[in-house]
Amino acid sequence: MSSDFTPQMWRSIFPEVGLLILAIVLLFFDLIWLKRPQMRARWLGWITSIGIVLIMGVAAGVSMPQGQGSIEWGGMLRFDAAGFVFRMIFMSAAALTALFASQFEAVKKRGEFYALLLISTLGMNLMASAADLILLFLAIETTSIPLYVMAGFLTRDDRSVEAGIKYFLFGAITSAVMLYGFSLIYGLTGTTQIYELSSAFQAGNLPVGLAGLVIVLVLVGFGFKISAVPFHFWAPDVYQGAPTPVAGFLSTASKAAGFAVLLRVFQIVFAGQGSLWMVLIAILATASMLIGNYLALAQRSIKRLLAYSSIAHAGYLLIGIASDSELGTLSVVYYLIAYLVTNLAAFGIVNLIENRVGSDEIGALAGLNRRSAGLALAMLAAMLSLGGIPPFAGFFAKLLVFAAAVERGLIWLVLIGVFNAVVGLYYYLNVLKVIYLHPPIEEKEIVPATPGWRLAMWVCMAGILLVGFWFSPWYSLAQAATSAIWVY
Amino acid sequence: MQFPILSTLIFTPIVAGILLLLLPAENRIWIRRVALVAATLILLMSLFLYFSYDVSRGGYQFLEEANWLPQFGIHYKLGVDGISLPLVLLSGLVIFSGVLVSWNVEDRPREFFSFLMFLGASVLGVFCALDLFLLFFFFELAVFPKYLMIVVWGYPKTREYGGMKLTLYLFVGSVIALVGTLAIYFGSGLRTFDLLALEQAGFPIEFQRLWFPFVFLGFAILGGIFPFHSWAPDGHVAAPTAISMLLAGVEMKVGAFAALRVGIQLLPEGAQYWAPAILLLATINVVYGAFIAMVQTDFKYVIGFSSVSHMGLVLIGFATLNRDGLLGAGMQMFSHGVMTALFFAIVGMVYDRAHTREIGALGGLVRKMPWAAVGFIIGGLVSMGMPGFSGFVSEIPVFMGAWQVAPLVAVVAILGILITAAYIFLVVRRVFFGEIPAELSARVGDVSRKDKLVIGMLSAVMILLGWFPSLLTRLIEPGVQSILALIGGGR
Repeated sequence: MSSDFTPQMWRSIFPEVGLLILAIVLLFFDLIWLKRPQMRARWLGWITSIGIVLIMGVAAGVSMPQGQGSIEWGGMLRFDAAGFVFRMIFMSAAALTALFASQFEAVKKRGEFYALLLISTLGMNLMASAADLILLFLAIETTSIPLYVMAGFLTRDDRSVEAGIKYFLFGAITSAVMLYGFSLIYGLTGTTQIYELSSAFQAGNLPVGLAGLVIVLVLVGFGFKISAVPFHFWAPDVYQGAPTPVAGFLSTASKAAGFAVLLRVFQIVFAGQGSLWMVLIAILATASMLIGNYLALAQRSIKRLLAYSSIAHAGYLLIGIASDSELGTLSVVYYLIAYLVTNLAAFGIVNLIENRVGSDEIGALAGLNRRSAGLALAMLAAMLSLGGIPPFAGFFAKLLVFAAAVERGLIWLVLIGVFNAVVGLYYYLNVLKVIYLHPPIEEKEIVPATPGWRLAMWVCMAGILLVGFWFSPWYSLAQAATSAIWVY
Repeated sequence: MQFPILSTLIFTPIVAGILLLLLPAENRIWIRRVALVAATLILLMSLFLYFSYDVSRGGYQFLEEANWLPQFGIHYKLGVDGISLPLVLLSGLVIFSGVLVSWNVEDRPREFFSFLMFLGASVLGVFCALDLFLLFFFFELAVFPKYLMIVVWGYPKTREYGGMKLTLYLFVGSVIALVGTLAIYFGSGLRTFDLLALEQAGFPIEFQRLWFPFVFLGFAILGGIFPFHSWAPDGHVAAPTAISMLLAGVEMKVGAFAALRVGIQLLPEGAQYWAPAILLLATINVVYGAFIAMVQTDFKYVIGFSSVSHMGLVLIGFATLNRDGLLGAGMQMFSHGVMTALFFAIVGMVYDRAHTREIGALGGLVRKMPWAAVGFIIGGLVSMGMPGFSGFVSEIPVFMGAWQVAPLVAVVAILGILITAAYIFLVVRRVFFGEIPAELSARVGDVSRKDKLVIGMLSAVMILLGWFPSLLTRLIEPGVQSILALIGGGR
């Protein structure tokens, strides 16, 4: 491996460099130029968001990998279409979250919040393209540590502090377990390079029990990131306690990052052990769907409802992984795109309602249709998209996931999946019932939100609809990511 | 290129629905106008299609095709044949009537008419779709308008229960059908959702026997098949008038139609294998539905259960898998759709004026609302299969078809019609004749001009078909022939 720097190497990490510079610039703005809090509240979100969009634009020009992809930085990074697509997903989520955050009193004036958001996104980007277990671990930590701080950002709010600590403790323990798994992998094979490991892990080279142990240990860490049962206990408390935009970010970008590594590690390193982990993942999927959906039925706080629903959605996504096929991978990527716009919109609306009504109870949404018909329609789109109803994004995403499982003959898993979709629809419709039927608590119209919030909501709505019936661009993206992962 | 009339037909209600949401909520006049214009256009276009279909050529006509997601085998493909075209016209009639009878909706008319339009687009889309994915897309599109319209504008006492029950039942049906649909997609090996290609795919017989119940039953739940029918009366009663009309008049046909198109046409061998079971369930539908209808004390529940009973005849017609039975089923779908829309419209008119639907509390309304009474009697005569009305010409072929495969079914089903006659006479006598209760006498007035237009139009259609059944058979006959070609003369 030559030690010369090639343009390819810089192109492969351009988005990360950009995010780092943006974070530093932002802190300078915060410290030096934007002295007045109102100025900071008005501009920080926009600077972050526009900066990310610029980086995405340039990255689409320079960091679009050609061909099958390559390994850069001395075997540390994989520069391929999968990494590119996932980076776009994370950065879109971050850009939207920054705008939604401008509606949240306690964070909108705080430059460090936006810097943490950017650093966390940087970590996710590295997660999606790491080709080495060491870098992968560092990337996961770079992602998680800012998220712990963001979850506990409201230092005067006990629930937020509790959320931060809970999230941190769970994260620390699961990543320790995962690291133990990594160390076993190194001990067994003598390498940490993901693309060299695949041959070492070919069936027959390792005893089944040992390979199974490694898979389980690694799955603990990944399962935490995607909030799959039984690693989900943190999710409801953290989603409820954390600042709402952070909860939205956790449920979309952070989950997507978890799936990105899950796909790369399982489809490449453990490709030979498919029969072993297919069952394991299918069981996790079943448990996540059942527990997520049934506990969501009993929730009175909309944020907790969304938390349990996000656990259930991790279950649907895991169906795609359990299919262990190209269509399965594709369906996961498509689902993540659909879920991104949908859940960010849902949390964005909750954010605004919380701000105006001062409660995160489902009852706070009562009569929303009379108070703001537009907001009610937005929530309708988000809830139905989560429920998997056309013409919204969630419909085709769910269909793809189920299709992947049918293709592999996992009919029992599909049947569990579709019946869970029915349960899910029940509580999403109940939210709509509150919005459209129940009398409003007060007749006052909902005051319009900040321009940043409104722009982000429009983008999410456009996304929900476009992903819902204009399939080809997103399908092509998912296909590009899939073929990059399935090269091996 | 030909003018894309089917797309125009489907997108008229969608555009109208979006346009309505953009209007200011206070502007009731324009809200109604937009809805009426859209409904009129739909009716005119469906009439035009109905009469310009080239019967001698048969098959699917007015074809349109565009790529949607070719990598996954999804195409935007539309076309109508002799089976679907009458149902398109039915939708046009019922949507138009639905807008007229809802003219005076007070509560949030903007959302009401907008959702009504989306529901209309959904049913029209299903009837015109020639791509399995597209069909499913439109099928599911109906979920939220159905739910929200029942829950928000429905009958206050039962709307939350009825709306949720209906939505979940139908969603269960559709997800079961989805699993079957996906199995067909992968099982064909063609990786396409194109219905015409899948018809020719020739699935192995074991495959057909395994998957037929999934798709047929999944869709037939929306057709009200026993024992999954109980959403229908509860949902219909809870719904506002226009939605009851659309649900019972058109949506139940959507279910039956999808079961025919996807279940029987794609998996004919499976259909033959399972036909006796469907025959049994459908016969229970007819008799059980009629008996339960007879003991109802709520006017609207009588009609709700009568729909279950009459949809049984459609399903019997399907299960015979012969020319007479299928022809009868096709005609019964249209005839029952018009009839039940008229029934629900009249029930709505009575309730709006009398503020009760208890049969015991009503009486003598013929003097106050002669149009409603006459309309209801005409509907009743249709439903009991009286010659001279559309019910006769559509029920007789069903019985003839059933006689050829299982005479006992025909006998039992005809007994079901006797019970129908009994409950119709009971209701007519108690609601429209006899003494009018004093408190009603003061309150109840005649129906409006728009209501009369609805009653007159729907009654006229049923009488016209009773005298000139060839208006309908000329379309359905070629449609049935192409289905029989797929079944391959197995019987």
